[in-house]
Amino acid sequence: MKVLMKGNIALSEAAIQAGCTAFFGYPITPQNEIPEYMSAKMEPAGGVFIQAESEVGAINMVYGAAAAGARTMTTSSSPGMALKQEGISYLCGANLPCVIVNVARCGPGLGGILPGQSDYFQATRGGGNGDYYTPVYAPSTVQECWDLVFHSFDIADKYRTPVMILLDGMLGQMMEPVETKVHPRLNVDKPWATNGNAASRPRNAITSLSLFGEVLEAMNLERFKVYEEIAKKEVMVENTVKDGDTVAIVAYGAPSRIVVNAIDELKEEGINAGLIRPITLWPYPGDIFLNLPSSVNHILVAELSMGQMVEDVRLAVNGKYPVHFYGRTGGVVFEPIEIANKVREILGKPTKEIESKIESKTATQDENLRGGI
Amino acid sequence: MANIVYEKSRGLTDTPFTYCPGCSHGTIHKLIAESLVELDVLDKSIAIAPVGCSVLAYEFFNCDAIQAAHGRAPAVATGIKRVEPDKIVFTYQGDGDLASIGTAEIIHAAHRGENFTVIFVNNGIYGMTGGQMAPTTLINQKTSTSPYGRQESTTGKPLLVSEMMAQIPSATYIERVSVHDIRHITQAKKAIKKAFEYQIANKGFSMVEVIADCPVGWNMTPVDARKTIADAMIPYYPLGVYKDAGGEA
Ligand SMILES: Cc1ncc(C[n+]2csc(CCOP(=O)(O)OP(=O)(O)O)c2C)c(N)n1
Repeated sequence: MKVLMKGNIALSEAAIQAGCTAFFGYPITPQNEIPEYMSAKMEPAGGVFIQAESEVGAINMVYGAAAAGARTMTTSSSPGMALKQEGISYLCGANLPCVIVNVARCGPGLGGILPGQSDYFQATRGGGNGDYYTPVYAPSTVQECWDLVFHSFDIADKYRTPVMILLDGMLGQMMEPVETKVHPRLNVDKPWATNGNAASRPRNAITSLSLFGEVLEAMNLERFKVYEEIAKKEVMVENTVKDGDTVAIVAYGAPSRIVVNAIDELKEEGINAGLIRPITLWPYPGDIFLNLPSSVNHILVAELSMGQMVEDVRLAVNGKYPVHFYGRTGGVVFEPIEIANKVREILGKPTKEIESKIESKTATQDENLRGGI
Repeated sequence: MANIVYEKSRGLTDTPFTYCPGCSHGTIHKLIAESLVELDVLDKSIAIAPVGCSVLAYEFFNCDAIQAAHGRAPAVATGIKRVEPDKIVFTYQGDGDLASIGTAEIIHAAHRGENFTVIFVNNGIYGMTGGQMAPTTLINQKTSTSPYGRQESTTGKPLLVSEMMAQIPSATYIERVSVHDIRHITQAKKAIKKAFEYQIANKGFSMVEVIADCPVGWNMTPVDARKTIADAMIPYYPLGVYKDAGGEA
């Protein structure tokens, strides 16, 4: 049976169904529904909910709960994610599994509460200090929010790593029908957990510290072996580019659905384009660009940012194709016609006039504040 | 047969301490270790080591242990204790760690009434990074970042952490002790043990502030440093129970 729910609620309920027993959050729009939901549902489900004093507090509570072996999660939005970076670096350094959700808004600074994809660099490049990555999943539908939560907890436990789910506020707030299937859980032993059971085994210690260069280097090399394995086995991507398409459009998350509309619009005038939608942003599905049909001449990257994922596409393409970019920021979401026009422009065809929506889009400051910042 | 007069506590590993000669950390470690063994909870204890001179405490306490980010130990302890409520959890934090970078975490752990124990080592200085000024540095005390002595006009008066924590409605037990001589070490042991007893009895948040020395950071011999605790630290940081809402343990 399908249930109509918001992206934020899908993420929350899926976490509980996936066996998350410890949730730590802090209020920030547009993810407030998650801690609100968890505050009502975690305790009845036998779990722990804490509204932490800050995002710094929340991520360190995750560090503790993960160290004790629990399936644990924290969620936030962009400015809060900035504060969590120290903790994420420590979690990676200590090889602790957990799930971290960023329902992203636009920035920098306080920015605004409208959706954004400008935390891509932060999510895929580590974000905190030191040599590390976290697997990053980018759902594009509420259903995928639901499904990827289960997957993320499994991946976290399997590889002993924090896993990030990155979506934008649009998807967090959007309601869609969801098949609320409870996916089977991967059960991983955690003999390393510091859960105070030293009576039955040698004591455990968890740390990211080593004062000896060679020792720390060995720890890092070990972790990068795991990253290599993740990169080999865990890449996820949707690819609709087929023979005859001249343009491959790359987009992730909810905005990829706007790109699909643009592709439909272009098809009507005989322009064939396909979508490449990375589901893992790290590891990046770069190999897909090496095996595109010979009909493809151009690659267009569309993001709600000034151009971040486009760097990964350029790295993967390595000069084989011209890589174009179209982005909107500040919380402005592109319309299908904007993407279609960019494709027309790339192919040297006349573009269509875009109706000005400025008036209808301009909300008063008061109206925007009602959402909470 | 040899008669054993004194033994190293089973609560400590055999790893040699990394502390400087004369430093109080070793004494305080010993008091914690003895308390956990005497209360028969060592095997179900989880220590949280801070960033500071005691960053390697996870190698010294003979129980499960975690190293936390600078100042964040109370949040980490919260995460552990909430998912393992029957285990004994304690943080071990310096004054830079607890009273400067970690003020939010410590205050809110007490504010929530978290049922774990904090051992707060106040040596008036950032030991590990080379003796910089801490919020707890005494007025006119010279440190590497207060080379002319701490000035109240620009850096305020030393932070009275126990007094401050005692104001938090959900804190249960706050006591300040010292370890500069045998009499005070005995009292410190009592306080530490009581804090753990309260935790075992689910009585909520307990913190023992231990006035400690840092001979190297203070640029003194260990003997002078101990004397300085008595002559300069304790007059500003009066010892005693600041809050006890736990009744008898
Ligand atoms: C975020 C961060 N800032 C700064 C440091 C550097 N640092 C390491 S130990 C320390 C001071 C610790 O002093 P204190 O808590 O008083 O403990 P002590 O060394 O005196 O025992 C600092 C600032 C760090 N590791 N992390």
